[in-house]
Amino acid sequence: MSYVIDRRLNGKNKSTVNRQRFLRRYRDHIKKAVEEAVSRRSITDMEHGEQISIPGRDIDEPVLHHGRGGKQTVVHPGNKEFTAGEHIPRPQGGGGGGGRGKAGNSGEGMDEFVFQITQEEFLEFMFEDLELPNLVKRHLTGTDTFKTVRAGISNEGNPSRINIIRTLRSAHARRIALSGSSRARLREAREELARLKREEPDNFGDIQEIEAEIERLIARINRIPFLDTFDLKYNLLVKHPNPSSKAVMFCLMDVSGSMTQATKDIAKRFFILLYLFLKRNYDRIEVVFIRHHTSAREVDEEEFFYSRETGGTIVSSALKLMQEIMAERYPANEWNIYAAQASDGDNWNDDSPICREILSKQIMPFVQYYTYVEITPREHQALWFEYERIGEAFPDTFAQQQLVSAGDIYPVFRELFQRRLVT
Amino acid sequence: MTAREQKRQPLSTGSEWTFELIQAYDREISRLAERYALDTYPNQIEVITAEQMMDAYASVGMPLGYHHWSYGKHFLSTEKSYSRGQMGLAYEIVINSDPCIAYLMEENTICMQALVVAHACYGHNSFFKGNYLFRTWTDASSIIDYLVFAKQYITQCEERHGIDAVEDLLDSCHALMNYGVDRYKRPYPISAEEERRRQKDREEHMQKQINDLWRTIPKSADKVSEKDTARFPAEPQENILYFIEKHAPLLEPWQREIVRIVRKIAQYFYPQRQTQVMNEGWATFWHYTLMNDLYDEGLVTDGFMLEFLQSHTSVVFQPGFDSPYYSGINPYALGFAMYTDIRRMCENPTEEDRRWFPEIAGSDWLSAIKFAMSSFKDESFILQYLSPKVIRDLKLFSIMDDDQRDDLLVPAIHDESGYRVIRETLAAQYNLGNREPNVQIWSIDRRGDRSLTLRHQQHDRKPLGDSTEEVLKHLHRLWGSISIWKPCRATKS
Repeated sequence: MSYVIDRRLNGKNKSTVNRQRFLRRYRDHIKKAVEEAVSRRSITDMEHGEQISIPGRDIDEPVLHHGRGGKQTVVHPGNKEFTAGEHIPRPQGGGGGGGRGKAGNSGEGMDEFVFQITQEEFLEFMFEDLELPNLVKRHLTGTDTFKTVRAGISNEGNPSRINIIRTLRSAHARRIALSGSSRARLREAREELARLKREEPDNFGDIQEIEAEIERLIARINRIPFLDTFDLKYNLLVKHPNPSSKAVMFCLMDVSGSMTQATKDIAKRFFILLYLFLKRNYDRIEVVFIRHHTSAREVDEEEFFYSRETGGTIVSSALKLMQEIMAERYPANEWNIYAAQASDGDNWNDDSPICREILSKQIMPFVQYYTYVEITPREHQALWFEYERIGEAFPDTFAQQQLVSAGDIYPVFRELFQRRLVT
Repeated sequence: MTAREQKRQPLSTGSEWTFELIQAYDREISRLAERYALDTYPNQIEVITAEQMMDAYASVGMPLGYHHWSYGKHFLSTEKSYSRGQMGLAYEIVINSDPCIAYLMEENTICMQALVVAHACYGHNSFFKGNYLFRTWTDASSIIDYLVFAKQYITQCEERHGIDAVEDLLDSCHALMNYGVDRYKRPYPISAEEERRRQKDREEHMQKQINDLWRTIPKSADKVSEKDTARFPAEPQENILYFIEKHAPLLEPWQREIVRIVRKIAQYFYPQRQTQVMNEGWATFWHYTLMNDLYDEGLVTDGFMLEFLQSHTSVVFQPGFDSPYYSGINPYALGFAMYTDIRRMCENPTEEDRRWFPEIAGSDWLSAIKFAMSSFKDESFILQYLSPKVIRDLKLFSIMDDDQRDDLLVPAIHDESGYRVIRETLAAQYNLGNREPNVQIWSIDRRGDRSLTLRHQQHDRKPLGDSTEEVLKHLHRLWGSISIWKPCRATKS
């Protein structure tokens, strides 16, 4: 008798754990490959997995087996021209079937073990050891929204939240407990009465006395209230702080004449990296693009990266706009605010102190993290030094780094978000 | 004419399968198999998807395996070559258990499903139940239970001692897995329930014995008893994992249990490694016979039969030694050819067959092949039944590669003087004892540094492979003390 069972709906990822074990074991290899991939490939296609290859010898499982050499006699099929006792030259390279000994079974020739990791895993390895600064702090302190959750049963509460089952159960238990001794005596009295009636039916005195006792006991049992205030149980609801899981990311970029397309590309990669990273930490994330030269404007992504404009540079215009948008659309108690600013460091010298003023007074107190990357191979200018002072004032939430070429993006990014030891 | 009129409606005409159809085919195939009195375990046919098939692959066909990275490695490489179309998946996996579990893949046509049912559920299944090695060494009814126990136990160990500790231990055990097999003693079948209960007692008992072996309290120094100077173990031990489980000085009880689990699983797979040709040949022979019977009864269409023959011929295709597709002798091809030839010798013996196989030529073919299936392993099966005709058909020849000579020698080919030589050489090729280096535990130094000495009996000057050093490191990890390598040239008697 045969049974046919449809198992197609059973979990198909039975090997997931084993796969994870494999990735875990070779995490150093994979991480290296991921890091190479990140610097090699354009950041715009971070949205897919990666092919990882590991040298075959590193993952071989050793077993005892015969090596080449010695005297080995092997039977092969498909003889065409050989006759018994014939000597034939040894084939070179061992590639063709004839010269291959048993050692061929042991898996030689597998130089590289190549496999695919998913985008999820790719990002996992990419952002490993990285952490969003102040995430915890915001969870603990920035809790202005609450949700009510059930938290068991309580003795006090609002009548509308009465838990009937628990109340009646408790009443029942109380009745059993309080009437226990009376019921035991009632049982005894009834037995006694039955005995008297059976054995001494004439002994009216005792019978009456016992009957009176029985009545008294029944009355006492009935006096126990069915429901007491003591029994009432209520469903307990408590307020839980609801950590805000929405984030907004401000991208600020200088598009003045001094920013070339190459510089903008570098900035773009940095922004995308930051975006991917934030996406892993928040359910919902919005992006605001602000571009500026002498005046700032909120634009869409396409325009942000590709439209061409020229002019001088006034950084504070962008900061002002950001501050306005924050105040208007993203209240800090609801949103986790992140900002990344990219610039080549050029600014009107008179403007830089204003930037510091706006940042430290009106922006820094509300944001989770503010990063400034300066994409320039040249000396720093006034803006950098002003920002350094902000960094001193807000060491936890402000960071600045310099980028020279596209290859620096990932290392700099890692440095900015390096997991910091809790001190 | 009457036979043609009696022909019944084909079971199906399209190529799509349904559960009802699979059941209908199974019913018919089962009826035909009964005609040949094929003795099988009950069948449990499970339909799975390609992804699930890859999962099953990765766990080497075990329906439940403990977690280990090497299975993940298998899975990744299977997944990759499958998704790139470099490799099709096997049509089926069948598990030696009672009931016998066979996996069918969802993507297959009804023709392939019927083929697999005949191949796995009646071919392999009857082989598992009939062959003496499987009957002696494996216990189909308890294997699933045991795997459940093993998986749970290893998971518990991971929780208690950490994934890394368990993984290192398993790595070491896997390296020696082929040397964890008892070749002569039959283990008792026990259920998982009992295994769990026993495992507790065993832990305590074993630890006591080991402590005894390694007792360091000095005895009265003047008389060294004979027992102390005697070599331990008294006989060389080929089951290295068993020896480690029982005598390694530094293993914790849970580590011994894991060594045992790996050993048990190696033991379970041991018959499969020794009966590749016989097992696959048997299953192929029966799917071929049963499918032809279905066709003869008019239960399948011509189109069905063509599809079947197409995949059958590709399964039993044997590329020649000089073909780019050649990768050794195809066990399906050799096995199928041999069983078919036994049947031919019984039904239409030639003069040559009567000379070579007087005891089976002209006898009842069914009992002849059943005997061949039940009483041999690959090595002895080939030695017994490889006929001159099969040797000629496959054009077998042997090559001797001696590293002390400049050229290769062809000692024998498919001719009158070569048949016996070819047969013996091929049989020896399937002897696990020849395929794996003969390595045994020779002695341990009980009074000194606890070192373990291994002995390698070299055969035909065949050296050990290059991963030997790594294996020794693993052995060292298990033994916890120095291991010494003692090569030794075998004196062939």
